[in-house]
Amino acid sequence: MRIVDLNLDLNNIKMKPTRDGYGEGLVAAAEKNPDIIALGADITASVRVDWFRDRFPERFIGIGIAEQNQMGIAAGLSLAGKIPFVTNYGVFLAGRSWDQIRTTVCYANLNVKLGGAHGGISVGPDGATHQALEEISIMRCLPNMRVIVPADSIETRKAAMAAAEIYGPVYIRFGREKVPCITSEDTPFEFGKAYCVREGTDAAIIACGVMVYESLVAAEALAKEGISVMVINNHTVKPLDAETLIEAAEKTGAVVTAEEHQAAGGMGSAVLEMLAQNCPVPAKMIGVMDRFGESGDPGVLMKEFGLVSSNIAAAVKEVIKMKK
Amino acid sequence: MQRRMTREQLRDKTRQLRVSILKMLYEAGSGHPGGSLSAIDVMAVLYHNVMKHDPNNPGWPERDRFFLSKGHACPALYAVLADCGYFSIDTLKNLRKYGCILQGHPCMRHTPGVEVSAGSLGQGLSIAAGNALAAKLDNKAYRVYCLMGDGELQEGQIWEAAMTAGHYKLDNLCGIVDYNGLQIDGKVEDVMNINPLKEKWEAFNWNVVETDGHDVLKLEEAFSRADSCKSKPTVIIAHTVKGKGVSFMENNPSWHGAAPDKDQLASALAELGA
Ligand SMILES: Cc1ncc(C[n+]2csc(CCOP(=O)(O)OP(=O)(O)O)c2C)c(N)n1
Ligand SMILES: [Mg+2]
Repeated sequence: MRIVDLNLDLNNIKMKPTRDGYGEGLVAAAEKNPDIIALGADITASVRVDWFRDRFPERFIGIGIAEQNQMGIAAGLSLAGKIPFVTNYGVFLAGRSWDQIRTTVCYANLNVKLGGAHGGISVGPDGATHQALEEISIMRCLPNMRVIVPADSIETRKAAMAAAEIYGPVYIRFGREKVPCITSEDTPFEFGKAYCVREGTDAAIIACGVMVYESLVAAEALAKEGISVMVINNHTVKPLDAETLIEAAEKTGAVVTAEEHQAAGGMGSAVLEMLAQNCPVPAKMIGVMDRFGESGDPGVLMKEFGLVSSNIAAAVKEVIKMKK
Repeated sequence: MQRRMTREQLRDKTRQLRVSILKMLYEAGSGHPGGSLSAIDVMAVLYHNVMKHDPNNPGWPERDRFFLSKGHACPALYAVLADCGYFSIDTLKNLRKYGCILQGHPCMRHTPGVEVSAGSLGQGLSIAAGNALAAKLDNKAYRVYCLMGDGELQEGQIWEAAMTAGHYKLDNLCGIVDYNGLQIDGKVEDVMNINPLKEKWEAFNWNVVETDGHDVLKLEEAFSRADSCKSKPTVIIAHTVKGKGVSFMENNPSWHGAAPDKDQLASALAELGA
C-alpha cells in the first residue's frame, strides 16, 4: 500500500473547483498531443472547456445542445485517430447519451474521453435535474469503461492528463463548487492505484472526490476520541485497486465507504462487491440514500443529505461496533 | 381569477411579472433571467387570456395544459402561477432555497400548477404530444401548449416529437418557440444553426405562425389561429429578445444564467418603473 503524507493543515486549505483542474488538464494534455479534440455542448465555459477553445480554436468542435449527437461525433472522430474529449454536465453526459456510450463507444472500445461536470449534490440551487448522482453507477457497469473521481482540483488536472494517455473510454467526474485542495503537485497520481492518506488501525474509510477531505476531517476528530482510522483516496473507481483495498480491510477489519453519489451502485458498491468476495469485513456506506437531490445551498445540502465528516465519523463508530 | 385582460391590463401585468422575476432571482442569488424575460409575455397571455385553468383546482381534468420544456425559465412560470393564485406570492422569495416548493428547475411533485418536471432540455414536446394524444383518445377538448427554447431545438428529441405530432395530426397541440436567437455559448446561428426554421416545422407537417413574442395582442391572435387550425399541430415562432425589458440584459448571453446583484436589481426595477 502506498502511503502518502499530505502534510495538511486541515484548518488552512486552499479552495478550488475541480472543474478548473479539468480545464487545465485538458489544455496541458492537448499541448502534448495534437490529436486531442474538445467537443462543446453550449455550456463550454461552465465546464471550463473555454480554456481549450481559446487556446486551440481549430481543435474545438461545438455541437450545440445535442448530447447524443455529440457522443456519436466523438466516436467518429476517434475512428479517424483523434482523441475526443466530450465534456458536459454528468447528468446529460452519462444519462442522455448512455446508449451511445454503451453501444458505440464501449462495445468497440473507442478512444473517447468523457468529462462529467457538476457531479454530486453540491451543484446546489439548480436542483435535482442538474445534480449528477448516478453517473458512477451507470458508467462503471459498462465493459471497457474506466472511471476516475479525483479528490481535488490538482488531482483532476492529473487525471485529465492521464486519461489522454490511456487507450479507450475514460470517464472523469468533477464538480462545480470550490473544494479543498488536499493534494499537491508532488502527490503521486497513478491511474488505477489507490493510496493511503492517513494511517490507522481501527477502521478504514475508503473515499473518493471531496469525501476524501471530509474523511480526513472525520479521522482527525475520531483521533481525539482515541479511535485510529485509516483513510484511502480511492480515486480510480474502475479498475479498482483491489490489492490496496484488501490490505486496508485486512489491516483494520472494518470499512466505511464515502462518496457524493447514490450509495446504490457507486464507488462504495464497487469496493464492497470486491471485498465481500475477497476479504469480507463489517462495512457501512456514506452516500445519497435512494433519493433525488434538491435545490439549496451546497453546504446545507451536504449536511441534509448526510455527506459531511460527522456522518462519516458516526459510521466509523458503528462499523467498529459491528466488528465484535 | 380575472379573465380576458385588455391590452393595457396585460401590458401592465407583464411589467409586474418582470419585476417579480427579477426580485426572485435577486433573492435566490442564481438562476436564469434572460430566458425568463423573453418568455414572460407568452406565458402571461396564455395564463390570463388563452388557457382554461383553475388555480383552486390545479388537477382539474378539463384544464388546458402548459408544458415548460425550457425548464430553466421557471422563474417566469412561478411568477405567473403565483400571480394566478396557485401559491402565495410570498413563496417566490424562497426560490432555489432548501425546502422551498420552488426548485431551481420545475418539479411537479413540489409545485402546484407545474404540469411536469423539467430541466433536461429537449424532452417537453414529446411529453406534450403524449398528453395531446391522450386527449384525443379520451375525446377531451383540452388543449396542450409547450414552450421551447430556440437553442433547445438542437436536441434531436424535439424533432422526433415534431414528427409524431405531425403524423398523428395533433391539432390540440400548440408549440411555441422562444426565438430569442441566443443560447449560452452565444448566438444560436453561430453555435449550431437551426434555420430555416419555418420550413423545418412545415416539413414535419405543422402549421406555422410567426409573430412578435412581446406583443400581447399579436400573441393572442396567434393562439387563436392555432386553435382554429384543424388536423395539424401548430407552432408559434415567437420572435423575442432575450432579457427583454431590462436594457443591460437584452441580447446579452452573459445574462442567461446569472442573477442581478443589488445595484443591478435597482437599475432594472427603475427601468421597469417599479
Ligand atoms: C439536456 C440539456 N443539456 C444542456 C442543458 C444546459 N442548458 C441549460 S439552458 C441552455 C441553453 C438553452 O438555450 P435556449 O433553448 O435558446 O434557451 P433560452 O435562450 O430561451 O434561455 C443549456 C445548454 C440542459 N439544461 N439540458
Ligand atoms: Mg434562446
